[in-house]
Amino acid sequence: MPKPDNELTWKDLEIGCIVTNPGSAAVYRTGDWRSQRPEYDFSRCIKCGVCQMNCPEDSVKKNELGYYEADLYHCKGCGICSRECPVWVISMKEES
Amino acid sequence: MTKRVGMEVSVAIAEAVKLADADVVAVYPITPQTHIVEHLAELVVSGELDAEYITVESEHSAMSACLGSAAAGARTYTATASQGLELMQETLYVASGMRLPIVMTVANRAVSAPLSIWGDHSDVMTVRDTGWIQIFNENGQEVVDNTICAFRIAENRNVLLPVMVHMDGFHLSHVIEPILLSDEEQVRAFLPVNNYPLPLHPSKPVAMGDFAPPFIYTEAKWAHEQALRNSKKVILEVWDAFAKEFGRQYKPVETYCAEGAKTLLFTMGSFSETAMTSIDKMRADGLDIGLVKLRLWRPFPFEELRDVVKGVDTLIVLDRALSTGGPGGPVCSEIRSAFYNLNPRPQIVSFVGGLGGRDITIEGFESIVRSGMEIAKSGSDKEFQIFGVRE
Ligand code: SF4
Ligand code: SF4
Repeated sequence: MPKPDNELTWKDLEIGCIVTNPGSAAVYRTGDWRSQRPEYDFSRCIKCGVCQMNCPEDSVKKNELGYYEADLYHCKGCGICSRECPVWVISMKEES
Repeated sequence: MTKRVGMEVSVAIAEAVKLADADVVAVYPITPQTHIVEHLAELVVSGELDAEYITVESEHSAMSACLGSAAAGARTYTATASQGLELMQETLYVASGMRLPIVMTVANRAVSAPLSIWGDHSDVMTVRDTGWIQIFNENGQEVVDNTICAFRIAENRNVLLPVMVHMDGFHLSHVIEPILLSDEEQVRAFLPVNNYPLPLHPSKPVAMGDFAPPFIYTEAKWAHEQALRNSKKVILEVWDAFAKEFGRQYKPVETYCAEGAKTLLFTMGSFSETAMTSIDKMRADGLDIGLVKLRLWRPFPFEELRDVVKGVDTLIVLDRALSTGGPGGPVCSEIRSAFYNLNPRPQIVSFVGGLGGRDITIEGFESIVRSGMEIAKSGSDKEFQIFGVRE
């Protein structure tokens, strides 16, 4: 098991902090930055996928019922999906 | 066969880059560095140097191209001065932070405004904290030799840092000097193949210069600090190896007539040559004076400097740059801080002079030394003295 990122010492870093493990950004919790979260009224959703296409973090995934929903590990709460949804399914709620 | 040639120093630097067999040269011309890049272009066009010569639209792009080139594992060279160095500023931090072995000549020049194309160390001082290794030189031979050494230092596995080779604009860049140009084979044998450990390559993808959140930035900075400090060991090894192979020895701090002298004058760069002549004259007149010359500016040679001032009463430091509104001489302020804990500690007198290409003559150095000794005796309420200003 490699050390968690926040336990790495300066000696553990590669030369120049080079990242040798491609795709490792997926484990970075951009959801940490969120001050608002998307909430859904799926009764209006037409499953068009516009929210997914516009999400800058690629954090919108299809759930088991075929609705598009944010993965809150990565969703940074920018609100673009809410703005772009053509039928106002998504509202942004303050994180407590 | 080593050749002794009469050559303009800038041209000789381009020849040294050829001897070092650089793979990529990405440059933007600026006075007083222009002759280096012009001659490199000639060498590439004539086929004497088999390198990719990238003409870019600015110094910012020159350094950016060097980042990519060094990251791909190519032996990379560039040169600049003054405003060009300023324009590169943000990419300089990238080069050192990403630990990319780039060699750059800086033809030291004043910074505008007012516009001055002439030499001083104002440009150097603005890039003091960029995390590069920085080497000063007194004459053309030293610049040529240290250009060659710089590749070996930068590319060393235990270093992997960019190196600036400083030379005074015009006072060195444009003079014709007798230069010993070594044999190509001998230089190539001295410089092992660049073997950057984690180069950009499709078969093994890496990400460079990535995002470092607060939980890791301090560790990244500390790793860089350790690398720069520890590079001194390799720098010394490379200078020793160079001396063995080519017969000329370089040291982080060098002295002239300093043995036993109670007063030392401190200089950097080409002014040290005039200062030595002035020291000879003052000693002939019975003055107890020697010279200390700083070659290695980064990493700062604390121990070597402290050794040199053991038993010294007065140290007179000449800066060719002004820390405006601050302590005056930027180098002197570092020396004051490096010596603060010494006991006994020499009196330190700060002079700023030689700005924007103004010469300091043999008599000028004598007047600096004599008034420095006077100030050491009677004290001064000023942080520093400015030499030669018309009041
Ligand atoms: S709020 Fe922004 S980051 Fe989150 S799902 Fe919507 S578009 Fe993506
Ligand atoms: S944009 Fe709106 S309607 Fe379309 S899938 Fe996303 S939530 Fe449903």
